[in-house]
Amino acid sequence: MSNRLAYLRRLTASGAVAAALLAPAALVATAAGPALAQEQVQKGGTLNVIVQPEPPILVLGLNQQGPTQTVAGKIYEGLLRYDHDLNPMPSLAESWEVSPDGLTYTFKLRRNAKWHDGTPFTAKDVVFTTAKFLPEVHPRARANFSHVESVEAPDDYTVTFKLKQPFPAFMKAFEVSSAPMMPAHIYEGTDYKQNPKNSTPIGTGPFKFEQWVKGSHIHLVRNADYYLDGRPYLDGIYFRVIPDAASRALALESGQVDISQYNDVEPFDVPRLKELPHLTMTTKGYEFVAPLSWIEINTRTAPLDDKRFRQALAHGLNREFIRDRIWFGLGRVATGPVNSVTPFHEPDVPEYEYDTDKAEELLDEMGLEPNGSGVRAEITLTPMPYGETWARLGEYIKQSWGKIGVKVNLESTDVAGWVQKVSNWDYQTTNNFVYQYGDPSLGVARTYISDNIRKGVMFSNTMGYSNPKVDELFAKAAVENDPKQRGAQLSEAQKILVGDMPVIWLLEMEFPTFVNKRVHNAVTTAIGTSENFADTWVEKK
Amino acid sequence: MAAIASFLGRRLIKSVFILFAIVVINFLLVRAAPGDPAMVMAGEAGAADQQYVEQLREQFGLDRPLYEQLGIYLADVATGDLGYSYRQQRPVWDLIADRLPPTLILTGCAFILALTAGILLGTLAAMNVGRWSDTAITVLALLSYATPIFWVGLMLILLFSVQLGWLPAFGYESVGAGYEGWDRVTDIGTHLILPVVTLGLFYMAVYARLTRASILEVRDMDFVKTARAKGLTETRIVFRHVLRNAILPVITFAGIQAGQLVGGSILVETVFAWPGIGRLAFDAVLQRDYQVLLGIFFVTSVMVIVFNIITDLVYSLVDPRIEVA
Repeated sequence: MSNRLAYLRRLTASGAVAAALLAPAALVATAAGPALAQEQVQKGGTLNVIVQPEPPILVLGLNQQGPTQTVAGKIYEGLLRYDHDLNPMPSLAESWEVSPDGLTYTFKLRRNAKWHDGTPFTAKDVVFTTAKFLPEVHPRARANFSHVESVEAPDDYTVTFKLKQPFPAFMKAFEVSSAPMMPAHIYEGTDYKQNPKNSTPIGTGPFKFEQWVKGSHIHLVRNADYYLDGRPYLDGIYFRVIPDAASRALALESGQVDISQYNDVEPFDVPRLKELPHLTMTTKGYEFVAPLSWIEINTRTAPLDDKRFRQALAHGLNREFIRDRIWFGLGRVATGPVNSVTPFHEPDVPEYEYDTDKAEELLDEMGLEPNGSGVRAEITLTPMPYGETWARLGEYIKQSWGKIGVKVNLESTDVAGWVQKVSNWDYQTTNNFVYQYGDPSLGVARTYISDNIRKGVMFSNTMGYSNPKVDELFAKAAVENDPKQRGAQLSEAQKILVGDMPVIWLLEMEFPTFVNKRVHNAVTTAIGTSENFADTWVEKK
Repeated sequence: MAAIASFLGRRLIKSVFILFAIVVINFLLVRAAPGDPAMVMAGEAGAADQQYVEQLREQFGLDRPLYEQLGIYLADVATGDLGYSYRQQRPVWDLIADRLPPTLILTGCAFILALTAGILLGTLAAMNVGRWSDTAITVLALLSYATPIFWVGLMLILLFSVQLGWLPAFGYESVGAGYEGWDRVTDIGTHLILPVVTLGLFYMAVYARLTRASILEVRDMDFVKTARAKGLTETRIVFRHVLRNAILPVITFAGIQAGQLVGGSILVETVFAWPGIGRLAFDAVLQRDYQVLLGIFFVTSVMVIVFNIITDLVYSLVDPRIEVA
């Protein structure tokens, strides 16, 4: 803290003024971070949480599926956590500093953190994780850490990343699923994926792995050696595998489970469960992933290669109806490629209100005249096979577009078939939703830039959209250290994209998190119930 | 005895060929579905790149030609090795061994319930044909047969777990209660009631209808009249003479159901979050976890063959006029 000015500058630079100004004080006082409830904390007790589907493995470095995060987020930790506004907070790193040129990131680590087998957590683990382990097995981390020139550990509790060029989004790369810290003493020099210790995960988190009864539940117990005094408050957590959505709702209703998240509860059950006196519902805790749903369009084939056609399709959908009637009010109508809870969201873009006349005008302009049965064009829609609600959406889209003369053939698949079709560009239109990961350079650019048109890879630019101007803007914004300039570049990119409509943005999705009222501090950060639950406590029954 | 031994010998030799054909056909069928495990895992991870998918393919052995994969699999199965699930990071045998007992308990209890209740109700209905008890049983059987199994399950949960709070809604035992000995048996028992009733009702209806129809066919035959003329009690006539002759179609059907015991019921296991093999198979299909799926097919095929042989033996026990061949 010797150079106060440089310190202040980097605060502004990292775009985290409020949280960082408070950081030094907060570090000393409440390293726990988010606002703790005022009530008297009660220690002990166990929690029952739904996990669905059953995760394949709990080693978070090797698998980052949602259910894996839910469970392993309590076992493993990242260097940082993020509050609901995506400001960084301490986790395994106690404090951090970014050089004014945006090239050097220095993290000071906690001195009393230990792995669950008793080995101290040190800078060596961080270097191993970020330089070796993650770049080999973690696709997102591989991309994030490809900007790193070198990682060094000047001492056991300091880690310095030197970047090849500024990459401001780097500050968002340290959340637990993006960069879970892995124990070097267990993995170094082994074949990571075949390591026999993978079945008994060892992390630094507040809960330790105890037992996994496949098909039934996973049991975690309190880590008595956790580095924060008195925490965790819970004795343990049971993660229950309940495959049927109706049974999950009944389990919440009968109090057999305390917490549900993401799409554990189908939207049509939400209004009923919201009324129950023993449950609370929140849509907070999804700010980091910030899911955005859209209709994905294969822009390689006529007539979908014409942006007027795509705009007509957008005008042909009533997105308020989709939110209110299909998602039962969950979510916000999306205006463009960046979710409004993600930084650099640009609100000032052309709007596509529901207007069948406008849609038909655009189709007329293209010369698509209706034939005898009123059909101007015929396309297929491969609905996303992720449950009831998406099937209803597919049916609604078919009906709506039929009204503007676009005949839709629904093509059903299961998940494996859908992934194969979409990633191999063997589709015309489909639904999808993607995560933003806290920064447009991490979670948005990837689906629109030409570099990322890769056959056989899901969540790449499967639309085949290519615009050199957009490529250039995203490329510049990724390495732009000045937030103002960066904001301008990202705004321009968003405006071009909304004009071009490579996808039809539907909703900034909100997932309902149901929590039994006896549970406190379940949702405290931007990753919601994937957080480590160190501060979570339950009232005695 | 010699007849039975030679019967078993011949059936076993046949079974080996059947099993071989089943393994090959299953392998090809499973691989004919679009999508592969590497793609599914890459899709689930939320973000992926080329390198990730290729690493996974290599790990699953999907980068080799199909005939080579088939060869490797056949050689493994021949030595009793069902392979390794890379997705779950465990040998397929372990996975199946974990999930088989809950399924066997569930389907076994449902089988016993269905068979005894079905035959009793069917007999009762046939003895009182045309009267109100016959009508009541027939209607009950029809309803149980026609109602979707998952709906029955959900309604039972709603009534007995949510409204009345008498029985647990799902799971195999009370998680975290740490019961041992008899307490554990009782605990599992209370968890069993709803799924067993749900699964059992359907088959009970089938057995009841089969038994009733079959008894009505047999009860006016000459040997029954003879028995009656000899002055035997009505109960003795029904159980020693009528039922013994009427039971064959029920045994046929029970044999088929027994073959399905091990496969479990995906619906019931899903609704009641029962950690059985039906769900393991279902998840394996969705995730294209080929090794697990093939392993389950293999184990269930063996069980079906075994139960078919047992059914044939039971025929000859119940009706000595039928010879094993």
